[in-house]
Amino acid sequence: MKQYHLFLAFFRVGILGYGGGPSSIPLVHKEVVEKYSWMDNDEFSDVLALGNTLPGPIATKMAGYIGYRVGGILGMINAIVATIVPTIILMIILLTSLASFKDLAWVGGMTKAVVPVVGVMLAVLTWQFIDNAKKGLGWLKAVILGVASLVLLQVFHVHPGILIAVLLIAALVQKDKKEEPEKKGGTA
Amino acid sequence: MIYWQLFLAFFLPGILGYGGGPASIPLVENEVVGTYGWLTVNEFSEVLAIGNALPGPIATKMAGYIGFQEAGVLGAIVATFATVAPSLILMIGLLGLLYKFKDSPKVKRMTNYIRPTIGVLLGVMAYNFFAESYAGAGVYQTIFLVVASYLLMEKWKVHPAYVIVGALVYGAVFLA
Repeated sequence: MKQYHLFLAFFRVGILGYGGGPSSIPLVHKEVVEKYSWMDNDEFSDVLALGNTLPGPIATKMAGYIGYRVGGILGMINAIVATIVPTIILMIILLTSLASFKDLAWVGGMTKAVVPVVGVMLAVLTWQFIDNAKKGLGWLKAVILGVASLVLLQVFHVHPGILIAVLLIAALVQKDKKEEPEKKGGTA
Repeated sequence: MIYWQLFLAFFLPGILGYGGGPASIPLVENEVVGTYGWLTVNEFSEVLAIGNALPGPIATKMAGYIGFQEAGVLGAIVATFATVAPSLILMIGLLGLLYKFKDSPKVKRMTNYIRPTIGVLLGVMAYNFFAESYAGAGVYQTIFLVVASYLLMEKWKVHPAYVIVGALVYGAVFLA
């Protein structure tokens, strides 16, 4: 039953995720945290953060790890297959039969209409993360880290993997006194 | 031999492509078009365009199709495996380690420190999607779709699957 649910959850993620792996993250969140409660928000954000620091496609890293946690090696294979195989088959069929598919007006229309919907899902997820950050760090630190991240990522084009790695290292080397000390170490 | 080449061609983009599947596309092109000459630049952009019109992660769609074209079903499996497996194994190892120490204050602090950055990354992605929609579908359609999908998903708790299917139908009819 668990394997069946894993398959269903990641099949939906794969077949509904328009715009490549990153756009399927809110769908993964919906299935894994909200529908099946395999993880809570904290764990999900850890997995997402670490996934972002490592190379390779994000959708399959998420699917593989979550599948592994829920159902062992079989669960891992199951979740990855469910994520990628249906669309690969679709791709092979379409490319070997009708290659002018992408020029059809209605196909273009479909893609256009999905884009803002994905935008809304990402915006909602963004708000949840900011809200959680506030709970974990307090407003001041959360805002400082958020603004610093925004500037580093968008103005100075620091690679997100590097930024996350620096934050992780800062959290690791900082001394365990209270939970208090400085936060500037994290944004350097 | 072809299987080994396919493995290498997709292993490198998989292990070097930071920032998810889309970031690894130029690396895939470098191997497939540049190093091995399996596709011309034109063929590659054709495959990429169709891949982008379909749902699901892009890196594995490219690997699956190109592997299939070069060496059949086994080729598709080898290329997809090379894309997915290396970074996944790394991820499972590291998260296992993290999970073991999940109650230590250091690990808790890691989670806390990262959260605002992840929030910003997601926010930037959301912004990019809205901007793309504004450019592609225009301001009124974008506002309509944003408001409608927000109400459906967040207020009336409709599963995103139905909202996306609804948007696909709407797009096929009204945005063609």
